Amino acid sequence: MRISVASGKGGTGKTTVAVNLALSINDAMLIDCDVEGPNSHIFFKGPMMKVKDVCIPSPKFDFDKCTLCGKCAEFCQYNAIAVVGEKILFFEELCHGCGGCKILCPEDAITEVDHQIGIIEKGGKKELTLYHGLLNIGEPFGVPIIRALKQFADDAKTTIFDSPPGTACPAVETMRDTDFCILVTEPTPFGLHDLTLTVDVVREIGTPFGVVVNRDGIGDDRVERYCSDEGIPLLSKIPNDLQIARLYSRGVPIIEGLPEYKATFVGIYDKIREAL
Amino acid sequence: MVKELTIISGKGGCGKTTIAASFAALAENPVIVDADVDAADMHILLHPQIQKKEAFSGLDVAQKDDEKCTDCGKCFENCRYGAIDPDFTLHPDKCEGCAVCAMVCPSDAIRMIERKAGEAYISDTRFGPLVHARLHAGEEASGKLVALVRQRAKELAREKGKEFILIDGPPGTGCTVIASITGVDLVLVVIEPTLSGIHDSKRIIEVARHFGIPALVCINKYDINDENTEHILEFCEVEGIEVVGKIAYDDTATKAMLAEKTVIEFSDGKMAQSIKAIWKKVEKALS
Repeated sequence: MRISVASGKGGTGKTTVAVNLALSINDAMLIDCDVEGPNSHIFFKGPMMKVKDVCIPSPKFDFDKCTLCGKCAEFCQYNAIAVVGEKILFFEELCHGCGGCKILCPEDAITEVDHQIGIIEKGGKKELTLYHGLLNIGEPFGVPIIRALKQFADDAKTTIFDSPPGTACPAVETMRDTDFCILVTEPTPFGLHDLTLTVDVVREIGTPFGVVVNRDGIGDDRVERYCSDEGIPLLSKIPNDLQIARLYSRGVPIIEGLPEYKATFVGIYDKIREAL
Repeated sequence: MVKELTIISGKGGCGKTTIAASFAALAENPVIVDADVDAADMHILLHPQIQKKEAFSGLDVAQKDDEKCTDCGKCFENCRYGAIDPDFTLHPDKCEGCAVCAMVCPSDAIRMIERKAGEAYISDTRFGPLVHARLHAGEEASGKLVALVRQRAKELAREKGKEFILIDGPPGTGCTVIASITGVDLVLVVIEPTLSGIHDSKRIIEVARHFGIPALVCINKYDINDENTEHILEFCEVEGIEVVGKIAYDDTATKAMLAEKTVIEFSDGKMAQSIKAIWKKVEKALS
């Protein structure tokens, strides 16, 4: 089974839910898809080892063959190529690696080379394997890393995917092709607003989903009212507990510092299995 | 000369919008920008009255005419984004708009069509104009939408003789963040003293440095972990980054949010005082 953990708003507790859920159930695997700021590994003290470079194909220009016809620049939808005077300018960060320029070039002056945009690392602990990706600093597009990460999912296990925040392509790529999506929110106006945006996205993707309210007690009951009006299952509420915040700040999973919470995460898992 | 400031954090939920909205209340004559286009929250505190709306088109998307399609398979062979199945079904939601399929199709069965990816707004608020946007669910090209709202903000500043653009940035380090900070005069990095907050803020400081943008730091909820706060202070000292203030953990931010007000308007307590002191330093750094 594949479970994604998402939220529109950042900092609502996605990683907390993903890590503690993975630690609370048997035969789990954790894949942190927040490649711009992965945090799951902080809750495992062991090292992360590189297992893969993630590259996208990037054009290389043979200036002996190039006639500066400009067809590649004209075609490129991402404005990654420009012909300026007697020169071809290539903006590597804008290139999505589609290969169009290579196909199009009438002089066969373009070949492709690998452009590394990030890496995948493996770690975790004996009972729980963790993979995460890291987008290189200055690189704008993390989606190819998320795609590569998802290939590590072991479908004999319950794989938990920790999603990046937001509702744009990296979050969608994470939630796509998962069996269930947990939306983590907080009971505040920001939390509710961003939850409604994320609900729109998950409904469009068509993944079954439920909500976990984190820091319950900090705001009001607007999220719960919304869920009940929309018929969205409320999977659990995690209280606003300073002890939890302090454990989080030190990188200690809740269920290690406060073992009584294990039942909360097992309960979330049971509700998901029931729902499916 | 118009000055631009972006508030960023790497990790989400560190207090960017709380601080940005407070700065909006404190700044003289700002143009305010919400650059977190896929989860914008500033409007909840600022109650914008929309004055102008414009449609935002992202990248074009492939559309196939099945009557013209001869099932030759060239589109499938050349699509690198998995948007075309082996049975030649096209999935517009996976299309990255590269147009390679349209180029290789020998029977002219694929066209690239415009895709409405969102809307951008220019609004009035009690603190000045707000430029904000809404990206449609799951859309690409969010960086392009950020670039559009920033462009509109600059035009507005020129038109109305305003000298300061205040930008509430998105989380992460990717395209929306890069689009929110390129070319600005200063970034303020909001850090919470958790190991996650520190990890992500170090990455975002590197991003700012990569693009040559000066950075200041403020620590939010500094008292939830004194040891981590100490670590941030030492790190900033080593890196030569000025820490312009610390804000204690306080439920005022949540209470103000529930009242849909900025912290500055909501109460003149400790939190408001800390933010005011930080604003003074930021203002000075900008001048």
